[in-house]
Amino acid sequence: MRMPIKTCAVLVLFETACTSSGVLDPHGPIGGAERSILFDATVIMLAVVVPVILATGLFAWWFRAGNRKARRRPDWSYAGRIEFVVWAIPALVVLFLGGIGWISSHDLDPRTRLPSSSSPIEVEVVSLDWKWLFIYPGLRIASVNRLVAPVGTPLHFRLTSAGVMNSFFIPQLGSQIYTMAGMATELNLQADDQGTYPGLSAQFSGDGFSDMRFEVAAISPQAFAQWIDATRAHGGSLGPEEYAELARPSQKNEPRTFAVVSPKLFEAILASPGAAPRENPK
Amino acid sequence: MFGKLSLAAIPWDQPIPLITSIVIIVLLAAILALVTYKGWWPYLWREWLTSTDHKRLGVMYVVLALVMLIRGFSDALMMRSQLALAAGAAAGYLPPDHYNQIFSAHGTIMIFFVAMPLVIGLMNFAVPLQLGVRDVAFPVLNSVSFWLTAAGVLLVNLSLVIGEFARTGWLAYPPLSEIAYSPGVGVDYYLWGLQISGLGTLLTGINFTTTILKLRAPGMSYSRMPIFCWTALASNLLIVAAFPILTATFAMLLLDRYLGFHFFTNDAGGNPMMYINLIWAWGHPEVYILILPAFGVFSEVIATFSGKPLFGYRSMVVATMAICMLSFMVWLHHFFTMGAGANVNAFFGIMTMIIAVPTGVKVFNWLFTLYGGEVRFTSPVYWSLGFMVTFVIGGMTGVLLAIPPADFVLHNSLFLVAHFHNVIIGGVVFGAMAGYTYWFPKAFGFTLDERLGKASFWCWFIGFYLAFMPLYALGLMGATRRMQHYPDTSWQPLMWVAFAGALVILAGLAFTIAQLVYSIKTRQRRRDKSGDPWNGRTLEWSTASPPPPWNFTVLPQVSGIDEFWSMKHAGKKTTPRGAGHPSIHVPRASPLGFLTAFCAVMFGFASIWHIWWLAVLGLLGAIALVLRHSWQLNTEVQVSAKELSEFETRQNGAPG
Amino acid sequence: MSAIAEEIPLSERGPAPTRIVVSFGFWLFLLSDIVIFSALFAAYAVLAQRTAGGPGGAQLFDLKHVFIETCCLLASSFACGLCVLALERRARTMIYVWAAVTFVLGLSFISLELSEFIGMFSRGINPARSAFLSAFFGLVGTHGIHVTAGLCWLAVMVAQIATLGFRPKVVQRLVCFSLFWHALDLVWIGVFTIVYLGART
Repeated sequence: MRMPIKTCAVLVLFETACTSSGVLDPHGPIGGAERSILFDATVIMLAVVVPVILATGLFAWWFRAGNRKARRRPDWSYAGRIEFVVWAIPALVVLFLGGIGWISSHDLDPRTRLPSSSSPIEVEVVSLDWKWLFIYPGLRIASVNRLVAPVGTPLHFRLTSAGVMNSFFIPQLGSQIYTMAGMATELNLQADDQGTYPGLSAQFSGDGFSDMRFEVAAISPQAFAQWIDATRAHGGSLGPEEYAELARPSQKNEPRTFAVVSPKLFEAILASPGAAPRENPK
Repeated sequence: MFGKLSLAAIPWDQPIPLITSIVIIVLLAAILALVTYKGWWPYLWREWLTSTDHKRLGVMYVVLALVMLIRGFSDALMMRSQLALAAGAAAGYLPPDHYNQIFSAHGTIMIFFVAMPLVIGLMNFAVPLQLGVRDVAFPVLNSVSFWLTAAGVLLVNLSLVIGEFARTGWLAYPPLSEIAYSPGVGVDYYLWGLQISGLGTLLTGINFTTTILKLRAPGMSYSRMPIFCWTALASNLLIVAAFPILTATFAMLLLDRYLGFHFFTNDAGGNPMMYINLIWAWGHPEVYILILPAFGVFSEVIATFSGKPLFGYRSMVVATMAICMLSFMVWLHHFFTMGAGANVNAFFGIMTMIIAVPTGVKVFNWLFTLYGGEVRFTSPVYWSLGFMVTFVIGGMTGVLLAIPPADFVLHNSLFLVAHFHNVIIGGVVFGAMAGYTYWFPKAFGFTLDERLGKASFWCWFIGFYLAFMPLYALGLMGATRRMQHYPDTSWQPLMWVAFAGALVILAGLAFTIAQLVYSIKTRQRRRDKSGDPWNGRTLEWSTASPPPPWNFTVLPQVSGIDEFWSMKHAGKKTTPRGAGHPSIHVPRASPLGFLTAFCAVMFGFASIWHIWWLAVLGLLGAIALVLRHSWQLNTEVQVSAKELSEFETRQNGAPG
Repeated sequence: MSAIAEEIPLSERGPAPTRIVVSFGFWLFLLSDIVIFSALFAAYAVLAQRTAGGPGGAQLFDLKHVFIETCCLLASSFACGLCVLALERRARTMIYVWAAVTFVLGLSFISLELSEFIGMFSRGINPARSAFLSAFFGLVGTHGIHVTAGLCWLAVMVAQIATLGFRPKVVQRLVCFSLFWHALDLVWIGVFTIVYLGART
């Protein structure tokens, strides 16, 4: 009786999830592959889970104490063939999913470069309290809280943190990766469709965490070239003093850009882990 | 003189903690006044506070857990209501620094002070009775364990009144939890509270492992032990192996915070990743510590109320011990996104899936226990069936998360939150409720009201789905955990549904309390005179309800599984005649537990606020108490032959 | 009745006697203590090279000093073993003698270790300087705290024998102490090998 209601609810939720801007609505190859894994694994497991749930209700109801039609077997507590099947079914499912897990872990390892005819855009990412800094070392420009990228081009990220741990995540493009001070993690993503995608930190980092969101603007390669020029024209430079100013705790930062970035700024940030300590807001 | 402590530590300018603190203080004062007025102190001190009886301690653990469930659930209601309101530009009513304490307290309290005490309480009550013995291996240590847990509870709750709690999440990852980023006392409250209660838990692990392996009724070989005792054994082995890791890790973080060490700092070579590895090397076994006894409860309940032996007992034992060992080999799945590389991630993903195999085996065995049985739909059975349906969904999403690339997009999202609540509520909470309703008549001599129990179940069951299914969807929509507000207003309707679900669970909690109050009031109607209200299978049902302090006058001679069932069906006398039995000794009550916990609170509080002289005093006090106890000679009380004989006559009629 | 008595398996003989229960419980406690040390060893292994530009083990450790410490501790363990043998004979005087030797040797170990630490602190080499030093002092210091606690326990045990005599409880506790003392030796062998000898490479 309860089952049809729950099934409907699940379908409604699923439909909502599909049409919203999340993991089920990817716009890049990594996200697309990950969504397929989610579907395939879920379907495989449902093939076992749904019968188990139905059997639970069925067995309990059929063998209820008042049912005279049920055949009772009060001493039946072991059957070798059933034991074999009972161990085999989960083992087979796990074997299959394990294979998917092994292969996909290697195919979708964050460090794996994306095959492409275009050369990748290098982006260095620094998570600060409570905003994101994106440095384009090849272009010597930088951006805060807004990542602009050309579609169809692989993006190669090197990531670190100025202080506490964060996690760089663009749900519609795919995998997230932690950012940690003094260490550089690596990620490869690509946007295949033009659009604006939300990005966030997925690792709690303190009071300003909820506003630590950024925007990903995936635009055509021509528009990207124009954006680079516009950024350079707009001015602003990011050297050690400006960076120190930027690293001070702040929340709800508006996006901004820098026309000139000191070379090796990312390496300097890597080499001196730990931003200024926080004062107790009390 | 008072370290960092000053009147400014009281949250004068924060209405919610201030009012809550006042209400709690007033309530506590009222309770203490009532107890004093009624003259109950001598009874409480003699029979409960100094009790070393595993049955009494079990009851106290469960009471502690239910009280903390109210606190932890209030935190949950605040979180859900905040998120229902704070969509788009709205900020909600809880500022971030407050919200961050609430979710940290919610997780800490629910795991350490609700789930653990529930499970340990049930094991305390039932294991010695099921083993056919008089008490655990170390009864005084058992009392110390309980009171140290209570000390941890007190410290964590004190943070509401004086100071603040951690704002780091329930596992306090560095560098956020280091002194540079969390300079306040919050993380110290967290660390000291959990170190103290963690010591209590470790002592429980030692106690119960020794009890199960060395103290069983004559004839009870391992293969004749009730399945709940097997799961309790596995759980306690895990406690002994895993809790020291927690102790060491927290000690390292304390050294960092207090003495400027650099285990996990960002600078001077510290390594926060090491904390994450260590804490999850404890953390994953911890969730199996919680779920294995719940599995044991379900095995007992389903077999008893189907009127059949548990299907595949041996298989269940193998599965339990397999889960026990495998739980140490999966910890990295909690941080696939930390960048360990494909081989490492894949290995741990596969190990995690492998652990789903013995779990799946258990579910099938429960199904086949029902099959061919004569199923009586009592409230323990409702909880068990609800568990079977709910837990497999949670297990499925767990195996999904075990595929590293799937985890890459779902890690730390509300999908993850839904998954672990799915398995913890569907598994641990439902199991604890099943155990509570199942063993209640044994503990108190009357059954709980069935209608209110079923109402409670339906509210929990429906409420759970309403509260957490939206969270699965939200996680897929890109919502992360621990957010105090969110920009996408299309998420808000789902947040409201989740809040509604939390309110339905609240109704379930209310029904549980109502069930208890009503059942006590009308207990005469449901008195359990036979000691066996459910037509049970295991030895605890052969004793009176409640059992005498010594449990069994004559230890049963066991010749097979489900010994009590065999005794009933072979027409044997189910309670060996105790007439003429010589006197026996039972452990004397001891104030050591209560008093050392008092010193522990003193030590913890003083350490938090840097009141060094008080901390030393607390530590020396605890040591002095232990020394004094060690010189005590008469640690046992004699139960005379006459008293035994009188008891047996009352229970079973005059001999002959 | 059959003349051949059937051997009842150990698992079916009912509750074990107290002395077995106490020893078993104490073994479990020792195992849990070893797990604490394992976590500290793991931390040391991870942090051993992270000296933040400061001195590492090879520069700091005086192996001759550590060798003498080790001899003291191992000899102390040997004396403890002799003490337990005297306990089994209930030879009160010899118990006191060997307990005193155990204590003095253990105290020598602690004194030597303290002098090593104080020497380092006076040169500004303290745990707040680097992760390596934190891990070193954390691991070796925890062992030292255990040894110190053990010495206090030994003193208490001697007092209990003097005041309570050879009650089963007291005898069990002294046996537990000796297990503890030997376990600390085992941990020290790990420390000596991994920390001190390992620093030379």
